[in-house]
Amino acid sequence: MLQETIPNVARLVEPDRVHKSVYTDEQLFNMEMERIHERVWIYCGHETQVKKPGDYYTVQIGRQPMIMVRGADGTVNVLYNRCPHRGSMICGDRSGNTGEFFRCSYHAWTFNHDGKLKNIPMMESGYKDTRWTRDNPDTNMKKAARVENYRGFVFASLAEDGPSLLEFLGPSKIAFDDICDRAPAGEVEVVPTCFRVIQNSNWKIFLENQLDALHPSVTHQSTGRAAREVEVEIEKKTGKIPLSYHMLSAFATVTIDKWDNFQTINYPYGHCILTGYMGLRPQDPDTLAYEKTLTRAYGEKRKEEILSTNIHHVLIYPGLSVQSPLQQLRAVRPLGVNKTLTEIWHFRLKGAPEPIYRRALAYYNLVNSPATLINADDLENFWKIQTGLGSDGGDWVSFARHYGRDIEKNGALETGEGMGTSEAPMRNQMKAWAEFMAKA
Amino acid sequence: MATKTKKRPAGKKSAQRAATRPGAKKPVHPKAPRGRVARGAAAPSRRTATAGPGAAGGSAAHATQHAVEQFLYHQAEILDAKRWQDYIDLFTVDGVYWMPADPADKHWDGIPSIFAEDKNLMTVRMKRVLHPDAWSQRPLWGTNHVVGNVMIEKASPNGDVVVRSRFHMMELRRDTVRHFAGSYVHHLAKAGDSYRIKQQRVDMTNAQAAFEYVLQVWV
Repeated sequence: MLQETIPNVARLVEPDRVHKSVYTDEQLFNMEMERIHERVWIYCGHETQVKKPGDYYTVQIGRQPMIMVRGADGTVNVLYNRCPHRGSMICGDRSGNTGEFFRCSYHAWTFNHDGKLKNIPMMESGYKDTRWTRDNPDTNMKKAARVENYRGFVFASLAEDGPSLLEFLGPSKIAFDDICDRAPAGEVEVVPTCFRVIQNSNWKIFLENQLDALHPSVTHQSTGRAAREVEVEIEKKTGKIPLSYHMLSAFATVTIDKWDNFQTINYPYGHCILTGYMGLRPQDPDTLAYEKTLTRAYGEKRKEEILSTNIHHVLIYPGLSVQSPLQQLRAVRPLGVNKTLTEIWHFRLKGAPEPIYRRALAYYNLVNSPATLINADDLENFWKIQTGLGSDGGDWVSFARHYGRDIEKNGALETGEGMGTSEAPMRNQMKAWAEFMAKA
Repeated sequence: MATKTKKRPAGKKSAQRAATRPGAKKPVHPKAPRGRVARGAAAPSRRTATAGPGAAGGSAAHATQHAVEQFLYHQAEILDAKRWQDYIDLFTVDGVYWMPADPADKHWDGIPSIFAEDKNLMTVRMKRVLHPDAWSQRPLWGTNHVVGNVMIEKASPNGDVVVRSRFHMMELRRDTVRHFAGSYVHHLAKAGDSYRIKQQRVDMTNAQAAFEYVLQVWV
């Protein structure tokens, strides 16, 4: 039905530009939810968010309120947050423990952690000779069509068919390998604080910004310069600079021309890696002690491999941005065509010394908290973009920077030498968008 | 620091507010002298206020209560006037501004927080806000803090106090109004006839809710 009333989606996306309605049209937004978010693999959460049987966390997949819950057998299930009886949501809290079963607050129907109906009050007398029998699957809470867990990171797809999680992730799975391999124990544990920030803009604007190497020195220079001034003062007084200041001052010291030295590698389904390691392998005693724990766990050769993984950001389309060397991720939940929620989490590397966690924590607090010194200016830009795109001052958004110079290699598109500011990631995301949207 | 306030007109207003506050426990007598029309000098109605638990109502306790209230009102005036350096100067050398992510948190160090800033990080924030290319600070916002329910939780013999209070802050940016409310716990070190902040804990009622936009300076 939607297809008949909206313009040909293919005409909205050209190789080096997209039509503004892609960001502003409500019908297109609903179509995106139906054809992209409610079909592809979406990150639900980390398994350590739900450690014990009955632990649950609610999560939005596209427009669908879902529950991620740990079953008595240890399985993590993903269910629609809806009672099969009269449609009420089962969990009203964002997270908690539901005990041995779910219980609807309306008529006390109960369900096991896998969604299967446990009991209906007075079922025998009330439902005798009706369609509502125990063997009728409609009496269960509906499950997500597919759930997969890769190294503790739980994804769900609401479509029966489609690529497996690993096929979908392709080389972008390195985000999870990198973050887990950096832990001497080979796995991570979530820190149970989630910062949530709402941005008044379309979800795609966030994803485009994540791998936009052209913007940091422009958008964030005020913080970069301020941090640089203060770190110089600290160095004068103490002779050294706390590492966390580099995370901020880099926005001033890495000037706009230097960002061309970075590189993006663009994969099928819209995923992308931005290389560049942010100098996280200094020779201070804390880092050296950490490296020793890695050597003990993996051996010298493997340790070197792990620590030389060259990643700044991994973008997993259409809703996850992972900064594996800093142990954080941001999940993007579209709330409407011009409203988006980001959920920001960070992790502890199991077996790593405390200072390595402190480094990730500093970044989490300074860059990702609701008092962020960095994202505030991004959010301001996002709102300005969304508002500007609503105008008749132009119909197209340009992604032409270094267009035509991407290098195809092993099925991926790499930006050329000295072209790190290429808008290849946006071109790649919109190419994937058009492919998803073309499938009814 | 607080001595500056007394010279400012805004300081007078604070004193008036203090004068009309009925106090934590005892109700003000309906005929309490000049409570509502007190100008400047707050002395008369102070007699009807109690200084909170542990303070038996002696004049020293009243003086402490008064000085602490003046300090908190002064802090609110500084924040609303965007006098960022003056605000940072309110802190001791090792002072910390802390806004927990979770009201159950006990100590700022080593856990995620909305703010956890020493004076160096506060200086970064100030310089960043004042930078001409801080895009999210153009246009600037306006705020209005109201502080009340001032209760001294602990008064040490050396003059240091732990004081709990409540705040309500309204912010206007462009055409958008936001309201923030919550509680402060100040650990104050006696400094001359006023105080310095060793730690300011700010528990926002909406700390765990999703933030529409973000916070850019200290609340």
